[in-house]
Amino acid sequence: MHFIDPHIHMSSRTTDDYERMRDAGIVAVIEPAFWQGQPRTNVGSFIDYLSSLVGWERFRASQFGIRHYCTIGLNSKEANNEALAEAVLDILPRYLSKEGVVAVGEIGYDDQTALEDRYYRAQLQLARELDMLVMVHTPHRDKKAGTIRSMEVALEMGLSPHKVVIDHNNEETVRDVLDRGFWAAFTLYPQTKMGNERMVEIVRQYGSERIFIDSSADWGVSDPLAVPKTAGLMLERGIARKDVEATCYGNALQAYGQSGQFDEAHWKTPEAVDQRSLFEGNSVLRGQAPRVDTPAAGVGAAAAAAAALR
Amino acid sequence: MRHPVSAPGRVEQGLEPAMQHAGPLPSASPGAPGAEGRPVSTGALLEHWLAGRLDEAAARWLRDAAASIAGGGADRELYRSISIVSRMLGKAPLGLEPAELAMADAARQGWDPSPWTVDQAARVCLLLAAGADGDGFVRRLDQLCATADVDELVAFYRGLPLYPDPPRHRLRAAEGLRSNMKVVFEAVAHRNPYPAEQLPQDAWNQMVLKALFVGSPLHPIVGLDRRANEALAHMLGDYARERRAARRPVSPELWRCVGPFAGGPLLESLERLLEDGSAAERAAAVLALRSASDPRAGRLLERHAALRDSVAAAGADWRSVLELQ
Repeated sequence: MHFIDPHIHMSSRTTDDYERMRDAGIVAVIEPAFWQGQPRTNVGSFIDYLSSLVGWERFRASQFGIRHYCTIGLNSKEANNEALAEAVLDILPRYLSKEGVVAVGEIGYDDQTALEDRYYRAQLQLARELDMLVMVHTPHRDKKAGTIRSMEVALEMGLSPHKVVIDHNNEETVRDVLDRGFWAAFTLYPQTKMGNERMVEIVRQYGSERIFIDSSADWGVSDPLAVPKTAGLMLERGIARKDVEATCYGNALQAYGQSGQFDEAHWKTPEAVDQRSLFEGNSVLRGQAPRVDTPAAGVGAAAAAAAALR
Repeated sequence: MRHPVSAPGRVEQGLEPAMQHAGPLPSASPGAPGAEGRPVSTGALLEHWLAGRLDEAAARWLRDAAASIAGGGADRELYRSISIVSRMLGKAPLGLEPAELAMADAARQGWDPSPWTVDQAARVCLLLAAGADGDGFVRRLDQLCATADVDELVAFYRGLPLYPDPPRHRLRAAEGLRSNMKVVFEAVAHRNPYPAEQLPQDAWNQMVLKALFVGSPLHPIVGLDRRANEALAHMLGDYARERRAARRPVSPELWRCVGPFAGGPLLESLERLLEDGSAAERAAAVLALRSASDPRAGRLLERHAALRDSVAAAGADWRSVLELQ
């Protein structure tokens, strides 16, 4: 079985993670633009960060046989610095139409301040103008109200629910999200938010329509293998294989595939992994034997690894 | 001259400085740029090749985008058009015919767009269409590179030989050569006449050494033999000895830049190669020694006459030597 992790901050992860993800069967990742744990103080930091999402990180992932996509946006935390937010809004259009940019995101509310609301709306407007999908980050605090507000504002701004992914759901929010016709994504953080066990029960109760899972792994305690591990647990607990495939691969593909930038053919008929294209000295390979796969062998190896996981 | 762009006057105006490289075309089909034997700009060639390869809707989009940019449109329009190119036009290889490649070389000596793709050609076209005043061009290129994705960087660096005011892009070229992304490095280093024309010797030597370091072949480097120099030969000789000490291989191509300056310790390295190198390395040593002016090189070859003669009989050159195991 192949997996997609549709929300993971690879810039904060190591090459060991890439290797383990690839071996566990992850074929594609989406890296949403977010904050870096400490607020940025000028727009130049944003330019370099966003450029690395479409540049270096995309290249780095490709060296491990993983297709890297991203979403571009101003996150809710940094929306509270008005001068910075204005400058970032000015440069976002330079990135949104680039290849492999699947959505505006992750945007939404954190403390649900007036400034967060202003820039959430401004970016929804941008998504409408450019006919793009939206990835919504729902707040950790006052979650249920914040999630409902995120959806109501998206509808008010004229977005269609099927073009909006509501992320970081839990048992309390999933019903509202599904009933309104949005995509419901679940983040599997060890110890916090959703655990694997709870996720199994959600799929048992709600089925797999418009539901998918991600790791949101970043610079905090998190697990880049959350998707394949949860898939294994679902199968072990008797969830039907088609529901596991839908929540760990197919639904994310369908949701973000609407962008026209996220296509199964990209990893089913990939360019051969060729780590020899990396630079010595200042590269991700330091003296190890390069791994060179033919495309067919690459997918086969990932599939075998995924099978072993079960 | 028929022009594939609907607003030829405006677009061509924007491309004028690229015409300083223009020359007459050797042969051109009727209706092609330069068909009447007049010089043709590289930008007009790119537009013509694209027009013949895009479907009607895609060709119209490109024409409109170029026209709106050439009309002094906002930078925002330029950034958006260039970034959305791959979504609008795809990324198919341009697949130029031999006659078209000859036109490229005639319009801009040393320009080899054989590996170019549709999105790369279109992005360079749009950049050229935005205007060619020196300051504005450099500013736009800097801005575009600062926010570029991987494939956009490749396009902008492949376009280097077509840009106005060539000396102003030396820092840009150096930045591309510093990249950790091999595809970006090769966009500057390979099939691109810009480095040989514009890089000072130190930078040129670093480029060649880095190519070997990162496993890029040397033969696609334009001007490799012309810009060979003694300092480079010694740098490469040191590098080869260092690798040998670590029991790591070096590309046989390294010796191509060493041969003309072979003497002293460099000759000793070549002698060792003749004795214990792989088949490719021994053939490379023969080729290198053939290009050396030091009389000791000839005597060395005399001592390995059988090898020398078999390399000659096989017609081996710096390309075919790479095929030897």
